[in-house]
Amino acid sequence: MKNFLNSLREIRKYPSAIVGSVIILALVIAAVVVLITMPYKETIDFWRGGEESWYANPRYAPPKWFNWFREDKLAESFTMKDTESEEDGVVRVVEERDEGVKMITETFAFDYDYDTFPQDLAIYFTAQYDQKQPFVSLKWLTPDGREIKVASFAVSPKQTYRFIQDEKLKSKRLNGIVPNIGLFIDPEDPNQKVVKGTYQLVVEAVTFEADSNYTAEFVLYGQVYGWAGTDNLRRDLSIPLRWGIPIALTFGLLAALFTSVLTMIIAAIGAWYGGVVDALIQRITEVNMVLPFLSILIMVATFYSRSIWVILGVTILLSIFTGAIKGYRSIFMQVKESTYIEAAQAYGAGSGRLIFRYLLPRMIPMLLPALVSAVPAYVFLEATLAVLGIGDPVIPTWGKTINDAWVDAALYKGHYYWILQPAVLLMITGFGFAMLGFALDRIFNPRLRGM
Amino acid sequence: METVSEPIVTSKPKVKKNSSSSAFQRIFRYSFVRLITLFVTVVIGVYLTIMIANMGGYVDTIMKAEIRERITISVANNQAYKNMPKDQLNELILERIQLEEKRMGLDRPLVIRSVNFLKNAMTLNLGRAVNMNSDAGSRQVRLIILERLPYTLLLMGTSNLILFFSAMFLALALSRNYGSIWDKIVIALTPTSSAPAWFYGIFFILIFAAVLRILPFGGVMDAPIPETFIARALSVLKHLILPASALIISTFFLSIYNWRTFFLINSSEDYVDTAKAKGLQGRDIERRYILRPTLPYIITNFALMLIGIWTGAIVTETVFQWPGLGRTIFKAIGLYDTPVIVGTTIIYAYLLAITVFLLDFVYALVDPRVKIGGGK
Repeated sequence: MKNFLNSLREIRKYPSAIVGSVIILALVIAAVVVLITMPYKETIDFWRGGEESWYANPRYAPPKWFNWFREDKLAESFTMKDTESEEDGVVRVVEERDEGVKMITETFAFDYDYDTFPQDLAIYFTAQYDQKQPFVSLKWLTPDGREIKVASFAVSPKQTYRFIQDEKLKSKRLNGIVPNIGLFIDPEDPNQKVVKGTYQLVVEAVTFEADSNYTAEFVLYGQVYGWAGTDNLRRDLSIPLRWGIPIALTFGLLAALFTSVLTMIIAAIGAWYGGVVDALIQRITEVNMVLPFLSILIMVATFYSRSIWVILGVTILLSIFTGAIKGYRSIFMQVKESTYIEAAQAYGAGSGRLIFRYLLPRMIPMLLPALVSAVPAYVFLEATLAVLGIGDPVIPTWGKTINDAWVDAALYKGHYYWILQPAVLLMITGFGFAMLGFALDRIFNPRLRGM
Repeated sequence: METVSEPIVTSKPKVKKNSSSSAFQRIFRYSFVRLITLFVTVVIGVYLTIMIANMGGYVDTIMKAEIRERITISVANNQAYKNMPKDQLNELILERIQLEEKRMGLDRPLVIRSVNFLKNAMTLNLGRAVNMNSDAGSRQVRLIILERLPYTLLLMGTSNLILFFSAMFLALALSRNYGSIWDKIVIALTPTSSAPAWFYGIFFILIFAAVLRILPFGGVMDAPIPETFIARALSVLKHLILPASALIISTFFLSIYNWRTFFLINSSEDYVDTAKAKGLQGRDIERRYILRPTLPYIITNFALMLIGIWTGAIVTETVFQWPGLGRTIFKAIGLYDTPVIVGTTIIYAYLLAITVFLLDFVYALVDPRVKIGGGK
């Protein structure tokens, strides 16, 4: 054991091992944080909630760090609710009139310092009333002091006003320019440049009943969104990117741990008992080598269940009896002849004790590198199945994000961020484990030492 | 995990000094036992595949439901039966369902059918596909496979051969100057092989197809198909570059690393030191004292690489829309087409078994230390 720890200390001499360990540690911490901050059920429900969850996000918006590399800054998306405080730029003034009539004036003020125009603008209204609908009129105040009348209409219980779908606004008040551009330029300016500064959207409403009220939510659909961007269904990609961490780690680590430990135990049992047991293990291994691994996984996923736990189980089952079992067996055969085993036998140690206390501990130095090196393969296996379209149907993962992007021809349409972000995360995870694994192999495998 | 070909460690028969039986008898007995074991292995492996491809009978349920639905709809939509009484119509539907189930053999239990499948599979009577057909329109599994085989051989053959030889010779060069900067670079790049080929494929498509627009996104030929043969060949070559490079790069550095380590271990043998002490040329030492004794290992790897070509690369072919065997297997699974799945598996199993069997003899040919059947 002391030798083992001493060898572990050698890791410090391998820069790649240090980088690998730091990556793995960071991933594990991130996974724990994700599991605590984003509860499974809520996240999944939100992720699969459709337009209900995601109406306020732009489609196909790259992440906002795109702006770091651009001269002309892309507009960021944001949402303003009239329930928010004044500090967030929303002011609500209520004026009581006779017979329960109220005049409500709301001002949404926001800074617009970007060089490009937003995708769209929208206001989501909800209204409570008995008979008579509240009536609203919208005004747009530009930083250079112009006032544009946008629209006036009665509000139904659930109503959405989309600026770029308003033909009247476009043709009558903006000289035929689409509102998402027309509202942000100076009509005198031939270059059609964005007028930067503080814009105000004023909503003037009249409610006609004592209990009548309404709420408004102003959404500016920008060209960029959040730290990870959005996909074709307006979903925030940071969710699968973050949830992908614990999924990838769990799948990779569990599969690697179970396969390498079980492989080793079975090899030890075969080598110790010999005879029929050994022959049986050898034959099972040979049969397993004939079986097409990936095809069987695809079959299980297609015919039976796409649940990540079922796939994990089948993966482990198929990966136990592989070539590795033969390698371990030959080493066990040598160890079996050692004198310390003979001594243990002489004082009457049973087979179970011999296998688990004498044979297996000797192999931990071989197990560790094998285990760590096996992780990337399983992390990528999960992604591979997802890319083939047979990933877990519920959980958002990196592989599924790549699959979604692939199905939507993201590379062809130029939404590179959609595929690149999960791919880079996969790569970092895979390389992190691989780097540490290779270094461990070089430390613990005496034949590789110094090579 | 596209490389299915895990090296099979064939137990190297040991040298035995006093063999009582004649060499011929010994070889014959050994071959016989070996053949029987391998055959049983293949039979069990194929039978398991058959059972998995039928999900232990679950696929039958799916297919029966499919037949029921298809026939009910077709009868309901048929104008000729519109005025038929209800019970007579139901009888007609039932009759047709039974006929269709009988045609597909679903009226007999899976256990009996699976034995039949096995017999046909082992005699390479691959039978007819359930849902798939070849581009030429045939339902014969043999023809479906033969139609796809050239594309897989082209893609996998090109990439595996380039990979095998370039990795081996680069590794030999590295082991000659081990510790050099190139050696260190290769070791540092070895972790890149943890990512599968399709992963690099996606990056290659992004760079060369999407951004630079110099190579195609996927497929095998330009549309419309060029007229002259040379233009067609060039077009195929252009489509081959990205998938083949993805397959090569995904295992390139690990292969070099493994070969390099292997050569280094073998060049630290005593007889190599002796050869050096005798003052032999570096090239001679390499050829006679390093490559020659390691030839069995090199041949094993080469043979396993060759049969690994057969299965194709399911995911890489799917990502690049390369019409090879791998993509066909994936499609077959999606269509519950058991005969096609089993057909590809049985051929792989046979190839593997034959290779393993022949390797023993090849060892004896190239390595004088090995004697066939000399173990035990």
